[in-house]
Amino acid sequence: MSKIHVTTTVNGDEVEYLCDPRETLLDCLRDRVGLTGAKEGCGTGDCGACSVTLDGRLVCSCLVLGAEAEGKEVTTIEGMATGDTLHPLQRKFIEHAALQCGICTPGILVAAKALLEKNPDPTETEMRYWLAGNLCRCTGYDKIIRAVMDAAQEMREAS
Amino acid sequence: MALDSDTQKFKYIGTRPDRPDGLDKVTGRARFGADFSMPGMLHGAILRSPHAHAKILKIDATKALALNGVKAVVTRADFPTGLTGEDWNIQENVMAGEKALYDGHAVAAVAATSQLIARDALKLIEVEYEVLRHVTDVDEAMADDAPVIREGAADYSVPEGMHPNIVRYMESGRGDLEAGFAAADLVLEQSYKTEAAHQGYIEPHACVGQLGADGKGELWCCTQGHWFVRQMCTAVLGLEATQLRVTPSEIGGGFGGKTTVFIDPVALALSRKANRPVKIVMSRSEVLRASGPTSSASMDIKMGMTRDGKITAASGTFRMQGGAFPGAPVDVTTMLAFANYDIADVHHIGFDVMTNRPKQAAYRAPGAPMGAFAVESMLDELCRQLRLDPIDTRLKNAVKEGTRATFGPKFPPVGLIETLEAAKAHPQYNTPLGPNQGRGVASGYWMNWGGETSASVAIGEDGTVQVSIGTPDIGGSRASMALMAAEAFGVPYDNVRVNIADTGTLGINEPTHGSRATFASGLATVEAAKEAIGKLCKRAADKWGIDAEAVTWEDGFAKPSGPNAGEFPPLSIAEIAAEMGSTGGPISGHFESSPDGFGGSFGTHIVDLEVDPETGRSTILRYLVVQDAGKAIHPAYVEGQFQGGAVQGIGWALNEEYIYGADGRLQNPIFLDYRVPVASDLPMIDTIIVEVPNPGHPYGVRGVGETGITPPLPAVANAVRDAIGVRMTQLPLTPPRVLAAIKGRG
Amino acid sequence: MVAVNLWSGLRALADGQEVVEVEGETVGQLLDALVAAYPGLAPAMERGVSISVDGQIIPKNRGAKVNADSEVFILQRLYAG
Repeated sequence: MSKIHVTTTVNGDEVEYLCDPRETLLDCLRDRVGLTGAKEGCGTGDCGACSVTLDGRLVCSCLVLGAEAEGKEVTTIEGMATGDTLHPLQRKFIEHAALQCGICTPGILVAAKALLEKNPDPTETEMRYWLAGNLCRCTGYDKIIRAVMDAAQEMREAS
Repeated sequence: MALDSDTQKFKYIGTRPDRPDGLDKVTGRARFGADFSMPGMLHGAILRSPHAHAKILKIDATKALALNGVKAVVTRADFPTGLTGEDWNIQENVMAGEKALYDGHAVAAVAATSQLIARDALKLIEVEYEVLRHVTDVDEAMADDAPVIREGAADYSVPEGMHPNIVRYMESGRGDLEAGFAAADLVLEQSYKTEAAHQGYIEPHACVGQLGADGKGELWCCTQGHWFVRQMCTAVLGLEATQLRVTPSEIGGGFGGKTTVFIDPVALALSRKANRPVKIVMSRSEVLRASGPTSSASMDIKMGMTRDGKITAASGTFRMQGGAFPGAPVDVTTMLAFANYDIADVHHIGFDVMTNRPKQAAYRAPGAPMGAFAVESMLDELCRQLRLDPIDTRLKNAVKEGTRATFGPKFPPVGLIETLEAAKAHPQYNTPLGPNQGRGVASGYWMNWGGETSASVAIGEDGTVQVSIGTPDIGGSRASMALMAAEAFGVPYDNVRVNIADTGTLGINEPTHGSRATFASGLATVEAAKEAIGKLCKRAADKWGIDAEAVTWEDGFAKPSGPNAGEFPPLSIAEIAAEMGSTGGPISGHFESSPDGFGGSFGTHIVDLEVDPETGRSTILRYLVVQDAGKAIHPAYVEGQFQGGAVQGIGWALNEEYIYGADGRLQNPIFLDYRVPVASDLPMIDTIIVEVPNPGHPYGVRGVGETGITPPLPAVANAVRDAIGVRMTQLPLTPPRVLAAIKGRG
Repeated sequence: MVAVNLWSGLRALADGQEVVEVEGETVGQLLDALVAAYPGLAPAMERGVSISVDGQIIPKNRGAKVNADSEVFILQRLYAG
């Protein structure tokens, strides 16, 4: 089976790759584009470690085919900071010790950012349900929710 | 090493600085097991048995090898023979020999130029099986007619006449049980069951291995202990220990499940055959089917109590299966089952049983949660029937310094009473409960120890400090090491860089497990720092022309120890470092030993939950963890361990279980069906850090990582009992089971 | 002489004794002396045991010092997670 040539935009940069039709966007980001921030935790869309946005929509990149990214805009964890300035969510995660092993962190940050762009003032319950698709096995979610709440407040005050 | 904890003042320890690897982990830069590649690398895939128990008659890989892109196939024939004991067990688990012993057991592996080709090649390997009868339940595996997993695996401890699946037997205790039960006003007997759970780390096992025909190799892998990986791989492959260098990646969770090997020897074997590096990454269903879940347990408990709440006697029989190999942690289960309490007459019996399941691996306080579920449930029932307060009753029986443990020796200083008192004083304990709501309390314990540890510190040319340790950072321990080094040297936290060294750089280190990293690597870091400080003082002494004994170290400076030593302005670490090269050379410190002097950590949890009478679903309303940390080096990460352990326990109590079908195959090998807690299942987890210093550590540290998973199983069960009025004795308390209990109560 | 307490699983291998007195200044010497006195203990020792000395559990350190009045218990080998 011959490979598919895909032209897409990742974190604002134009990117091209050749992929097998069966490869997922996650595979392509990691193995073709060299962005290993998105992780495969399950391959079945249950853990959220592979979260990215596709044309502004939060998706599990393990459920998107690499070929589907053609002509679209993908943003990943690597695009979250601006140069060496961290996004408030990233800063708050470190401050609140909202990560232990760190494997779920990229996916949760991408998901939390997508939430706050849609709803800048979520309740704790709304936040928990939005992040229900991102599994964390280390923290019990407490410090993660506190970090997101704190970042949301800082972002509201700044705007 | 004595410690005057009351007067010890810390400058850095106990603060909450940012962790040094924080930036890497929030930007996606940190490299985990699957994030590493080598030039010329091939991709490996493993063929796994679809049968729970079968003879392997023939493996034909001809068609697979003919597929374009396939470079090598390995089977057990590519591994050395003649191993014994645990080395043999590991080899047999890594690659099946004569029999496939569980659904998912590896029978062959392929290396190819892409992952997709490797997976396609697996379908072309032809395996001829003779399917055998299988058994997955621990009690069924002990019955006379149970299929035999393996003959001759029992050790000296098993009495004559027991089924060959029973591989270890243990009996321990003291006192006069009959008299003890006779002295009780109430004696209860009950059986309890727990099902196997998986550690559930979000990162699947991954490695890149390179092994040459000369027996020299490199391995990159996610692991809790790379020296263990080195020992196991070299044993399984017949290599010399130091010819394999293992480098640990960042690790995406382990909880005990990454203290052993599954795919690493296979990657190395493929690499040796293909003469190229080979990368293997497990899929989630492979992780659930074929890595190392916990044991399942079937337990019988009997306890007696006086009317006013004194436990008079306790006995328990614990049957646990650890998969198709010896190793269920029933020795620890029996040891700790009643350990919270001061009981003179106590007896334990334990059975380690084999079944057609994957080889169990450690999971956070291995063996303790099962026993705690049974014993703390029974204690709750005794309190309920005698109308006694569960915390007061535990206080009445709690062990403290000097109490003779139910497993023999006297306890050193421990904090169970302090955790019970703090729990009792917390507002949650008296918060009113509504309809269908219930409250449960439980206490638990886990030990921790030193184990082989090797650490080095070295002074940089600018006076900053580098620390090399051998315990991978699974939860933020780099920050704690840096804090301890900063405290010891008296330099700012940001001037310390902690590295996790590879196996080629330090002597042996036991893994990050057993709640030992902060204790053991921390102690080693402090001792190594002391050695370096001695050398720094000597350089100052030489410069000043005085004796080294006349120099002290304070807050990052060498100073004359008193007016008699002479009037010299203090020399900073940076000033001494700048001249190192001409005053004697590089300055470093080193420490290695198997330190003892650990302390155990007690915890008490309170959980409030609500049961939906229509669905049987339990919702956690409030959760409190109180646990003894000895001395919290970095409080935020101590809290994190408390919360993480509690939530894993909640999952094990309410939803997580291994479900095997009648065909012996795992029915729920994906996260959709193996249901771990998600953010919307939980409230905030409240924590109280109690500090009863551990006299065996220079800063009083007790390892805290594991205790937290032990109390939740019984605490949740006790809360459900409180909510629905029915005692449930089998975990997990899934909605269908709770609903059935509600409907059955009439 | 040091009094060494055996957990009940080991007692049967030491003529049913709960406490055995042996010579030794380190854990290793005690273990060797025990096996010399009761060869039936050898398989258990080889499988691995943990020792508690004055309340500190020592999973495997033969060099750990023991005093004549130390409280010593031989326990099951401990593992971790």
